[in-house]
Amino acid sequence: MINALGIPQHILLLGGTSDIALAIAETYAAQSPSLVVTLAARPGDRRDAAMQQLTAKGCTVNAVDFEALDTASHGALIAGIDGDIDLSVVAFGLLGDPEKAWTDVDVARELAEVNYVGAVTTGVALGARIRSQGHGVIVALSSVAGERPRRSNFVYGSTKAGFDAFYTGLGEALRELGGRVLVVRPGFVKSKMTDGLDPAPLATTPEAVAEAVVAAVRDGKEQIWVPGTMRVVMSGLRHVPRVIFRKLPV
Amino acid sequence: MTESLAGWGGRSASSARVARPGDVEALRDELKNVGDRGLITRGLGRSYGDPAQNAGGTVLDLTDWDTVVDVDSGAPSVRVQAGISLDHLLRALLPLGLWLPVVPGTRQVTVGGAIAADVHGKNHHVDGSFGNHVSELDILLASGDIVTATPAGENAELFWATVGGMGLTGVVLEATIQLKEVETSYFVVDTERTSNLAQLLKTLETGDDDYTYSVAWFDTATTGDALGRGVVMRGNTATREALDPDKRQAALEFAAPQRGRVPVELPFGLVNPFTAKAFNALWYAKSPRHRTDEIQDITQFFHPLDVVGDWNRVYGPKGFCQYQFVVPFGEEAAFTSIVETIAQSGHVSSLNVLKRFGPGNRAPLSFPMAGWTLAIDLPVRAGLDTLLNHLDQLVLAAGGRIYLAKDSRISAATFAQMYPRLDEFRATRARFDPTHTFRSDLSRRLDL
Repeated sequence: MINALGIPQHILLLGGTSDIALAIAETYAAQSPSLVVTLAARPGDRRDAAMQQLTAKGCTVNAVDFEALDTASHGALIAGIDGDIDLSVVAFGLLGDPEKAWTDVDVARELAEVNYVGAVTTGVALGARIRSQGHGVIVALSSVAGERPRRSNFVYGSTKAGFDAFYTGLGEALRELGGRVLVVRPGFVKSKMTDGLDPAPLATTPEAVAEAVVAAVRDGKEQIWVPGTMRVVMSGLRHVPRVIFRKLPV
Repeated sequence: MTESLAGWGGRSASSARVARPGDVEALRDELKNVGDRGLITRGLGRSYGDPAQNAGGTVLDLTDWDTVVDVDSGAPSVRVQAGISLDHLLRALLPLGLWLPVVPGTRQVTVGGAIAADVHGKNHHVDGSFGNHVSELDILLASGDIVTATPAGENAELFWATVGGMGLTGVVLEATIQLKEVETSYFVVDTERTSNLAQLLKTLETGDDDYTYSVAWFDTATTGDALGRGVVMRGNTATREALDPDKRQAALEFAAPQRGRVPVELPFGLVNPFTAKAFNALWYAKSPRHRTDEIQDITQFFHPLDVVGDWNRVYGPKGFCQYQFVVPFGEEAAFTSIVETIAQSGHVSSLNVLKRFGPGNRAPLSFPMAGWTLAIDLPVRAGLDTLLNHLDQLVLAAGGRIYLAKDSRISAATFAQMYPRLDEFRATRARFDPTHTFRSDLSRRLDL
């Protein structure tokens, strides 16, 4: 169960090697010495390293093989996880090469399948768990990129727009059934995913996202931006006319 | 019907099917058709945390099972259905000159809930907790059988596992409670202000034996020399002679006024460190230095918070967290260091109730033990989990424990260390409910 201060006993990380997902698990582990973590990720060195990292923090870690592209497998995989899942983090996703993403159909399809279709199939399965458990929190890692598409990475942005709409709606559907969905919209996060890219303004870190998530779960929030000022910035950017927006250095 | 249920603290709600069976057969059907998430009985929802909710399972609402079955004015005792509230029961008993042996901080609890949490009141140092005064229970077991359990006779083990057992042994259908005789519904109260914690503890140690009821409020916001300055309120039931002649006519009237309610769900809490500190200072200042023989009514003396209905709403949508612990006598230094830790934490509690407990009872999960108990109310904000985890360790090191009816956040491991007789409870529960038909969010959280 999740306790009155928002600390869970069992969390599921979908995309269990993501820096943000691991930072969230570590933040909870610091408050909950007996935290159980189910790491759903592709088997391999990165998953082994993630397991070691969390075990060193005192967590009991179970790994399950998760392939984001194999969307047909998601339902059975999530249904088969033992015990109540108090909190799940939907953290898997691809950034991809933004130019190939709109010129190479295979790259585009992979991005859409992982970031959107995979998020929907896992979301449906997580929703089913919450309905039968009568409680549960989903932390859905969206992105500000979905709020206003930019020329520079609009395919990624479009998948996150769909992701964001799906999880926002799922939150409404689960509200009366004991569930809660927290949609998290970080700006640029310095992590494995963005290695080698120039940080955008208001860039943040996985640790900062994790702290914001833990506070938002405790306070029962349904959507947050990280950093918080990003909310104001995006609110402005959404209304900038296109002729001006395309000239902005964002 | 599926409903979202939370405790009085308003935190960690979960969803369950709520069933309101009308008779024992319908109740047995619920047991027969129980799903793998089990079922639990809910009373009036005054536990602060999660014992009366059952995510994904069934919650039994038996608050309509509230009949006074029989009053024996000779014993004196009363036989009731367990869904009756203490408020309702007191109103029925007072005209007969009878009074409940234990009245907790609110009358809005059921007899079933009072047994399940083994509640205590201001007279614990003299009379012990609620379970001490129950002479017989009729319990519906997971099997569908109804058994009678008494404290020293048949099914005594089941009796004591049910007292303080948070509803996990079965459904209490009826209970027989031993009563007190009273001449009036008023209290003769002495109030005394103390200027620091040491003086407060001393005052309670030396004077408590002269009073049936004793409690102290104190300031957890002030540090330094005035740390723990407080107000001691103690009293006895008033005799008819003690009342003004004009009150004697209605000496046994149920004098428990409610003066208002918090009318709506507030969009934000009214309690913050600033208002809480102001409240602490105000409460201290308004209390008389020393006043004796004041006549108070039930609400003034027992339930000052019940004057305002739905008072938990002042905390706003984020809710609050209650923390109550006890440490044994001899651990005054640890107690003081816990109070210092709270005062220095920056988390400010406005409602701090301190009491000297008498000895505990036989129930393996009953909270009270001979020692000092303190209850505080803290708004939920960043760092509260760290503070309370730290307090747990201080309480544990002093040989103390926390109160399940107030808890909403302790870890299973720490709880098990605080209650060394947990295995005894588990063994009894396993005998009477081997498949854990009775379950709750609390039992899942604490792995009971």
